[in-house]
Amino acid sequence: MLEPLVFYTLAVLIVALGILVITARSAVHSVLFLVGDFLLIAALYVTLNAEFLAVIQIMVYAGGIVVLYLFVVMLVSLKHAPELHADSRRLGVIGMGLALVVLVELVAIAYVSSTRSAGATVARTEQSFPVGVQGGNTEELGWVLYTDYLIPFELASMLLLVAMVGAIVLAKRSL
Amino acid sequence: MLEITPLHYTLLSASLFMVGVIGVLVRRNIIIIFMSIELILNAVNINLVALSSQFGDLSGQVFAVFIIAVAAAEAAVGLGILLAFYRNKESVNIDEMTIMRW
Repeated sequence: MLEPLVFYTLAVLIVALGILVITARSAVHSVLFLVGDFLLIAALYVTLNAEFLAVIQIMVYAGGIVVLYLFVVMLVSLKHAPELHADSRRLGVIGMGLALVVLVELVAIAYVSSTRSAGATVARTEQSFPVGVQGGNTEELGWVLYTDYLIPFELASMLLLVAMVGAIVLAKRSL
Repeated sequence: MLEITPLHYTLLSASLFMVGVIGVLVRRNIIIIFMSIELILNAVNINLVALSSQFGDLSGQVFAVFIIAVAAAEAAVGLGILLAFYRNKESVNIDEMTIMRW
């Protein structure tokens, strides 16, 4: 009984904060709504028994990336906000229409695939999720990450290094 | 209705994805467009984690970790580009980013 209540509350809040992120007038408010959204998504991960990912979500997203955004919002002083200078050739309505088409498509795919694979899903839920009970989610995830996904893991670290160097080169006035 | 199935998580993910798509297509402030991209990546992560928990297979969560890493890299490089652009043009309006347009 509690699980649906938690899920629906979190789902409504997540989507509502997402809408606030893209509709807020000031970019600072947008960033703050984004923090709230990330924290709620972290709570959703906890309900899904993914505690490690929830902690990573809070530390990397709510702690790191959002602070980066906040820095840039503060650095870029907006004497004239972009939204006030409307480009007449730009049609927001078409953007909305395209997004609605995407939503219809996604819902159709989700619905069709869930009805088609219902048997397979039920068959596999029997062994669903011993994770989190024995040894904890973090230990198991670390085990998988350092054995099966070792090379992608190292590649991800290389990607972060390259991105760091690239960001410094781009943002620095002169090297 | 009261039982939470993966379909519910997929629908939540789809709605959050669409909110992000609307943000990318409709807003003109580049910073907000970047934030919409973060929303899209989070929508994908919700999907991966929900299905990973459904099937009792941790691969989905590993992919979510990689997506978070790539999102961090994307945010760093994207905001670097944004700062370089702002230095040249004194603006963050995406309609003025037309140098590379055909």
